Amino acid sequence: MSSIKLYPPKPEKVYFYGTCLVDMFYPDAGMAGIQLLEKQGIEVIFPQDQTCCGQPAYTSGYHDQAREVAAAQLGLFPGDYPIVLPSGSCAGMMREHYPELFAGHPEEAKAKDVAGRIYELTEFLMHVCHIKLEDKGEPIKVAMHTSCSGRREMGLGEVGPALLGQLDNVELVEQARVKECCGFGGAFSVRHPEISEAMVTDKVEAIDATGANTMISSDCGCMMNITGAAEHMKKEFKGEHIASFLWRRCHES
Amino acid sequence: MSHNQPEKTAQSGVKEFHPRVHDAITNPQIRANFRKAMDGLMDKRLAAFPSDDELQGLRDLAAAIRLRALSKLPELLEKLEENLTANGVKVHWAENGDQACQIILDICQQKNAKSVIKGKSMVSEEMELNHYLEQHNIEALESDLGEYIVQLAEETPSHIIMPAIHKNTDEISDLMHDKTGTKKSRDVEYLTAEARQQLRERFEKADVGVSGVNFAVAETGTLCLVENEGNGRLTTTVPPVHIAVTGIEKVVENLEDVAPLLSLLTRSATGQHITTYFNMISSPRKEGELDGPEEVHLVLVDSGRSNIYQDDELLDTLRCIRCGACMNHCPVYTRIGGHAYGYTYPGPIGKILMPHLAGLDDAKDLPSASSLCGACGEVCPVRIPIPKLLVRLREESVAGDSDHNNSSVKGRGSKRSTSESLIWKGWAKMHKSGGLYRTGTGAATVFRFLMPNKVGAWTKCRTAPKLAASTLHQQVKARGKNGGEK
Repeated sequence: MSSIKLYPPKPEKVYFYGTCLVDMFYPDAGMAGIQLLEKQGIEVIFPQDQTCCGQPAYTSGYHDQAREVAAAQLGLFPGDYPIVLPSGSCAGMMREHYPELFAGHPEEAKAKDVAGRIYELTEFLMHVCHIKLEDKGEPIKVAMHTSCSGRREMGLGEVGPALLGQLDNVELVEQARVKECCGFGGAFSVRHPEISEAMVTDKVEAIDATGANTMISSDCGCMMNITGAAEHMKKEFKGEHIASFLWRRCHES
Repeated sequence: MSHNQPEKTAQSGVKEFHPRVHDAITNPQIRANFRKAMDGLMDKRLAAFPSDDELQGLRDLAAAIRLRALSKLPELLEKLEENLTANGVKVHWAENGDQACQIILDICQQKNAKSVIKGKSMVSEEMELNHYLEQHNIEALESDLGEYIVQLAEETPSHIIMPAIHKNTDEISDLMHDKTGTKKSRDVEYLTAEARQQLRERFEKADVGVSGVNFAVAETGTLCLVENEGNGRLTTTVPPVHIAVTGIEKVVENLEDVAPLLSLLTRSATGQHITTYFNMISSPRKEGELDGPEEVHLVLVDSGRSNIYQDDELLDTLRCIRCGACMNHCPVYTRIGGHAYGYTYPGPIGKILMPHLAGLDDAKDLPSASSLCGACGEVCPVRIPIPKLLVRLREESVAGDSDHNNSSVKGRGSKRSTSESLIWKGWAKMHKSGGLYRTGTGAATVFRFLMPNKVGAWTKCRTAPKLAASTLHQQVKARGKNGGEK
């Protein structure tokens, strides 16, 4: 159960932690996130030695290896600035699980310090930057899938829809069972492929039934899963990371 | 302990987890029955908690009550025995299911019992009591309607609260027609009335009644039983002997503790504000009383529970009050149903409990069969951090955390393989060095045309993910501000 988070005033600088999926598969989402923050007058620092938060090893049970990789990330944020991630799942890992992972280890205090500075991008834009978005795009109908860790660990259930709600020409439609998992779950999707397939197939059908032509997500794991299945099922809708979508609607149209 | 072997259950045959999942997932009737039932149960629970503030407050209170009880479990169990004994109830202790079966058989044989009527009890399922009694020529008949249906079908429960939830009305009608000669009908009231009639006759003839326990109150020596059909009251009052059987973790300190737990239990389980019956059993029939059994026994079963109790993180597993909300809200359970798990307790609670009861070496596929979506933890009325415990059990499976090398989990490390360990060691080596990582990911993007468009299980139902032409690291560096530097 995540505790209530009190948000600080808008800082001058932030660290941006891109996450490995964004880095390799969706770098545009990362660039859009950085640019959205810069538009808020914030200087964005991208530590080049960042790799992965350690979540894949952590949820697979390899905690010694997760700790090794996570420990390397702890040293990337020497300044006392917020750390912003374009992923609810990786943010959840660093905010909720780092303190547990390092409990009783020499890095414990550092892990707690980093955990306390972690923000997911949309949460940061909304609650810290109090962003005002101006939609310059054509009318469009979209559906949104908030990742389970984003929703349940980071409390983002209302955040994405609220940001999309600021866009005048964007109609947000809600798919059936909106809170249900898409079936990604990292290694779960390949360890238990049939269960994962049943879940993602249902999710794609639910999104498709809304008539939306774009599915917005704030997590690249879910997006890879849902859009991969949608493409396989020859569905019309496309997926887009919320950072890319917001940037495109407000600054590129 | 042999009684928990999945291959002994009627549905699972000798199959492993994945083939059972395959059978369930490709069965449209199973899929439809569970989806419909779980959607209904989620709606009912939601409607039963109109105030989220009240719900969260109650969950805090209930978690604290259960934690307090567990924190003094040995003391409370002694007090429970003392007070029950003073009330005239005989208390028995069983280290495992086999012992518990033996204790119950002994009581039955002393009474020359031929017929046992049963109220719903998951612990009796866990120890396969019916099977054991039948082997010793004692007939055991389930009297809970769902359990009765499951017994007619020679199956096991597919849900801990609603044992026959995997069947729809037509299937139940056909089953009752075949086994008991009722008319085929979709009229649920007709079918229920017929079952009631069939069971009534058996209650009168039963020599022993066996029930479970929802809460055992230490301070007063009271056994609480929550039910809707009155079969629990009949089971515990009509036959001359009542045997209650439960796990050692069901004890609570005092009567005040029961009210919030009961309120959360019924609302979380079925959305009911209170069940039709709530039985509080404190003694056998006293002199001058008109009804009630002449003897009451309580069998307290350990079966690995005291081993869970040794670990202050895993201990949370024992807070469970068996409401079933975790399975009602689980996207995996909804897809595969209860039988696919192959164990007495299915769903999220089964995934964190069965590895202790049966051993991680036996229940090896359960901890990983979760997307860690957290829906279970979100609804658990006693705030069991189920996803966290699943991750812990994954770690135990592969012995992946040297901090836990002294853990007492049965079957620790049984899933560890040299090849997978090597993969994670390699992964860690690459990801703890920014330079190695950048070299690796940079090369991957350069050679992305080599990326296969089939990647194992992933592409069975999805297109392959596409590597970007350049990484975010490279794009940021190319911009030349605040990113090229560390």
